[in-house]
Amino acid sequence: MKEELLRRILSSYKGRKRDLIPILQAVQANFGRLPEEAMLRIARFIGIPESEVYSVASFYTQFRLTPLGRKHVTACRGTACHIRGAPHILREIEKAIGIKEGEVTSDLEYSLETVACIGCCALAPCIRLNRDVYGEMTPEKVKELFPASDEGEQDVQ
Amino acid sequence: MSNRRCTILVCQGTGCISGGAEQIFSSLEEEMARLNLEESVQIKRTGCHGFCQRGPLVIIEPESIFYSKVKLDDVPDIAQSFLPGGKPLEHLFYHDPVTGEPIPHYGDIPFYNKQERIVLRNCGHIDPEDIGDFLALGGYEALRKALFDKTPEQVIEEVKRSGLRGLGGAGFPTGRKWEACRMAPGEEKYVICNGDEGDPGAFQDRSTMEGDPHSVLEGMIIAGYAIGAKKGFIYVRAEYPLAVKRLKIAIAQAREEGFLGKDILGSGFDFDIEIFQGAGAFVCGESTALVLSIQGKRGMPKPLPRPRTAEMGLWDKPTLLNNVKTFANIPLIINRGWEWFASRGTEKSKGTAIFSLTGKVANCGLIEVPMGVTLREIIYDIGGGIPGEKAFKAVQTGGPSGGCLPASFLDMPVDFDSLVTAGSMMGSGGMVVMDEDTCMVDVARYFLDFTRRESCGQCIPCRLGTEQMFEVLDDITKGRGRPEDIDLLLELSDAIAHGSLCALGKTAPNPVLTTIRYFRDEYEAHIDEKRCPAGVCRELTKEKS
Ligand SMILES: Cc1cc2nc3c(=O)[nH]c(=O)nc-3n(C[C@H](O)[C@H](O)[C@H](O)COP(=O)(O)O)c2cc1C
Ligand code: FES
Repeated sequence: MKEELLRRILSSYKGRKRDLIPILQAVQANFGRLPEEAMLRIARFIGIPESEVYSVASFYTQFRLTPLGRKHVTACRGTACHIRGAPHILREIEKAIGIKEGEVTSDLEYSLETVACIGCCALAPCIRLNRDVYGEMTPEKVKELFPASDEGEQDVQ
Repeated sequence: MSNRRCTILVCQGTGCISGGAEQIFSSLEEEMARLNLEESVQIKRTGCHGFCQRGPLVIIEPESIFYSKVKLDDVPDIAQSFLPGGKPLEHLFYHDPVTGEPIPHYGDIPFYNKQERIVLRNCGHIDPEDIGDFLALGGYEALRKALFDKTPEQVIEEVKRSGLRGLGGAGFPTGRKWEACRMAPGEEKYVICNGDEGDPGAFQDRSTMEGDPHSVLEGMIIAGYAIGAKKGFIYVRAEYPLAVKRLKIAIAQAREEGFLGKDILGSGFDFDIEIFQGAGAFVCGESTALVLSIQGKRGMPKPLPRPRTAEMGLWDKPTLLNNVKTFANIPLIINRGWEWFASRGTEKSKGTAIFSLTGKVANCGLIEVPMGVTLREIIYDIGGGIPGEKAFKAVQTGGPSGGCLPASFLDMPVDFDSLVTAGSMMGSGGMVVMDEDTCMVDVARYFLDFTRRESCGQCIPCRLGTEQMFEVLDDITKGRGRPEDIDLLLELSDAIAHGSLCALGKTAPNPVLTTIRYFRDEYEAHIDEKRCPAGVCRELTKEKS
């Protein structure tokens, strides 16, 4: 299955050096992350050392080796958001879903990361939940979006 | 009522979409159909209209009626208002925050009437996914004019004389860059549009690409003709999926209409454009890093001395790199002539500046003003001042490479050179307003946290220097500051600014330098009195409450 998907992705590229980043993006879009075997295959496909694929994948913030949660939360730490309370919002989210920035819940329900700017700065502070952007966040809105689980809130502070 | 009377424009910028503008659009379509109004009223999606904070926005033309903060529940009423005898809905008008007066027309709202929307003229008025809208407003006329009435040299001359300076940050004269690229030896040349928009707190390039993608394409095609390139790339960061989608549609439509591809409009000139999605690295906005990234490598700036990108860029071929807004200005200059362009703005900064006005200011959004207006006009007249009766403290421009300017600069004209003289810079157009509740040491710490994360790590002054500056600032905000820290920061700033390999490191100390220069007392309060005057630094405010 996965083998087949990977083959299909690769077959839509010529295998030039410049295809590396677009291929990594396509693989990640389909697999949710960059599996090790996939990077090996990409290296062979383009004809470059595997270390070079790793080197590029680890340089860019978009790429990840671990899977995301089903609900992927992106908190903005851009300037406009920072000035309007983004650190506070991030702490609230961490409290509500019980993980810290960069982590994934063990049941793969949630993952949380921060980004330099979502580009909705006029509505700061902003977060993104999967593809949707939520602006003018407040602690109350965080609670609405992430109802605390029955087990009670985990304080990660 | 057989012919169309009005058009309802529903903003579909990222900001308005986050407020539910997509549902509003589809529900409005259904409702109008139900009332049999499709014949007389046209509904259109548009790109960002600028006043993002009041979104979702709905505008009714030709009357220029402006509805803001529209909700799904308002849709039936909006539709009804188009029935015979219907009236505009007053509760959706913008209300003057001081007098409470309703203002029905957007042209009368201070946020808009102090602006000069030239580059953004189409944003919020045309459907970015429909080339027909763009053509109806004279789109691609400039391309026709360039291809058939002008030689490449004449195009470059026009751009040179206009005085246009690059809007990606440094303000390098665009015409000179084009000329250098045309003169550079080599058959194969490239045009690249820098849509990376790495500055946090800025969204003007995003809004331009999303709201008026064809203007950017048109500028790039003209540039390709002028320098002798056949191929262009738009480098858009992956966080901007809507911009990518709209650019893709625009490219496909432009190809279909013969504005892109082989033998453009029968002129014999070939040019095509490809989108490259950046994978998230601030440093990739730098020209040599951006080029390496398109080539499939780590985006690390090349050390100086090095040939200019205009001479040796993508795959070592001459490459013209300009910002999104720089390209969007080109069709205007070709259409209206360099004299028109040069007559606007200041002596050394021509034309308009586009800012993302955000932070502690009443009206946040995307604005366009002539170069030379004062910060006060931007923040108070257009921005509506500081909300909550708070006092203005500073305005940050230029992102991580820029600085924070205090109230004494409010009457300074905004242009490339004045900002640099004051210790800041234009950058790509972020403008973040800060009030008395903002701690300037925390802001400096924030920016150094950004640059240390984004440093490509190639050179030691930048990699270790920004880390060390961050730690000193972090200590100060946590109550562990020592009296000698300010001097240490100044010393580190000097070393990093001089020793770094690229502009990321060279400008990284700017936020620290300006905050020390203009807000030294705040640093001293943190260090000497273990007190955060703005009440932001948590470790220093706990015992106070
Ligand atoms: C670290 C760094 C980041 C940059 N980021 C951007 C960016 O996001 N967008 C941009 O247009 N220019 C950026 N620049 C400036 C570009 O290198 C380049 O000068 C500019 O795109 C040229 O376009 P212009 O002549 O139209 O201004 C950056 C420069 C540096 C050093
Ligand atoms: S600063 Fe948060 S969206 Fe730009």
